[in-house]
Amino acid sequence: MSNILSIQNLGKTYASGFEALKNVNLDIRRGEIFALLGPNGAGKTTLISIVCGIVKASSGCVLADGHDIVREFRAARERIGLVPQELLTDAFESVWATVSFSRGLFGKPRDDAYIEKVLRELSLWDKRHEKILALSGGMKRRVMIAKALSHEPKILFLDEPTAGVDVELRRDMWALVRRLRDDGVTIILTTHYIAEAEEMADRIGVIHKGELILVEDKAALMAKLGKKQLTLHLQQPLNELPPGLEGYTLELADNGHALVYTFDTATEQTGIGALLRRLNELGIDFKSLRSSESSLEEIFVNLVRSRC
Amino acid sequence: MTASAMHFNIHGVRAIYRFEMARWFRTLLSSIASPVISTSLYFIVFGAAIGARMGEIGGVPYGAFIIPGLVMLTLLTESISNAAFGIFMPKWSGTIYEVLSAPVSTAEIVIGYVGAAATKSVLLGFLILATARVFVPYGIEHPLWMLAFLVLTAVSFSLFGFIIGIWAESWEKLQIVPLMIVTPLAFLGGSFYSIEMLPGIWREIALFNPVVYLISGFRWSFFGAADVGVGTSLAMIGVFLVLCLSTIVWMFRSGYKIKR
Repeated sequence: MSNILSIQNLGKTYASGFEALKNVNLDIRRGEIFALLGPNGAGKTTLISIVCGIVKASSGCVLADGHDIVREFRAARERIGLVPQELLTDAFESVWATVSFSRGLFGKPRDDAYIEKVLRELSLWDKRHEKILALSGGMKRRVMIAKALSHEPKILFLDEPTAGVDVELRRDMWALVRRLRDDGVTIILTTHYIAEAEEMADRIGVIHKGELILVEDKAALMAKLGKKQLTLHLQQPLNELPPGLEGYTLELADNGHALVYTFDTATEQTGIGALLRRLNELGIDFKSLRSSESSLEEIFVNLVRSRC
Repeated sequence: MTASAMHFNIHGVRAIYRFEMARWFRTLLSSIASPVISTSLYFIVFGAAIGARMGEIGGVPYGAFIIPGLVMLTLLTESISNAAFGIFMPKWSGTIYEVLSAPVSTAEIVIGYVGAAATKSVLLGFLILATARVFVPYGIEHPLWMLAFLVLTAVSFSLFGFIIGIWAESWEKLQIVPLMIVTPLAFLGGSFYSIEMLPGIWREIALFNPVVYLISGFRWSFFGAADVGVGTSLAMIGVFLVLCLSTIVWMFRSGYKIKR
């Protein structure tokens, strides 16, 4: 799969001296959904803003579909759509006017049929004549997306697309993102909702203090860094771990009513069978058992914490 | 044709221009009523009330003499405020992100915003000339030169307004230059008098006021007489135009108050 976006040695130091990005290298594959995770102030928005031409890089270069974003800014930018984090709209414009404006601004000739398609897809068609100030926050968010899609971009940046939107709209957005991906659009999203990345992304990048500390396929990441746990709810509570269970990563929980076994998903032998046989030999009975695996959120928190 | 396939993003320029003109048309009544009413008041006070007691200036009745100055007065203030507001507003509201991320060059952005501001000013100029005709009979000796002065002044002061719009970070700053510098210069630039009427040293000082050259050149196109040579007037507008253009190019290249 070829790369549609290539970020090489990208650095950004603001006039205040704050180093927002440190030598970032990242390739985005054509047609993928890439989630960029990171705590507040990690450099996510700076990275997106540089690629889109809003912030000037201090060093490095970016190629969008093979076009340098500075030297060939026209070719690069017409391929990119941006939905910024904040709701930035012209309050007194109508929905139709503002979306048509965006298409023209990006160098595309008027195409009412396409604008209609975008507005219908985003459930904005009935609101097309309304002024933006009369719309709800969720509808304004949809308008921002319609504006970003108005010029048929190949790469779509969604900066915190579902921050502060209700569940229904979030589901709609996820469905839209999938449809866009099916149409061949590459999507790069930043999000605070790690569940969103877990649900949507093909690959995950973690950025922390301006450094890209990890880029991995989501499935591989969860297999590599994820932990699985087996919780056994005991018939009789235990005060302490009995002898004979050394060698197993066990701990007592729920005031001795539960025994938690942690195992690595990456290994072929989980050791569950041996553990259960050993418990039987020791006469430790259990009422029920439940297995769980760590979420991307836990992986992310552990990753960032280990860097602090 | 897409933006990358051409060297000029005509769709982008058109989008900005239309957007700005639509903003003007949304408030058409106040946009038109305000200059028409204020010009009418000037004619009632200076033209009819005071002008009736004044003699001719350079062979031109006072009522007609003030017409070019009044047009220039409105042209300067409207060009500056329209262009300044046009670029300040998206900067202030944050919607500038879209223009900055679009495949439009500095020149195209300037043509869109400044072109719209200058168009509005020129239209207002014609409107004021039409309003003046209701009060005072007058003729235009050099109509093409009149048009050239009108357009050149509208463009150069719209460029100046654009610079102010980029420079200003607050509403107060946005208004301070037009209010504290441009309006006094316009009033002292010979709108209501010929600088020949000023006593000695003040005549010399007045020549440092760039607006004098604009009004003088514009007045020449009406009546064929001017305080300073028409070539000098044109050269001054040209210098101002080039200065403004250079400043804007520098602002966009350096990202001054536009890009972080």
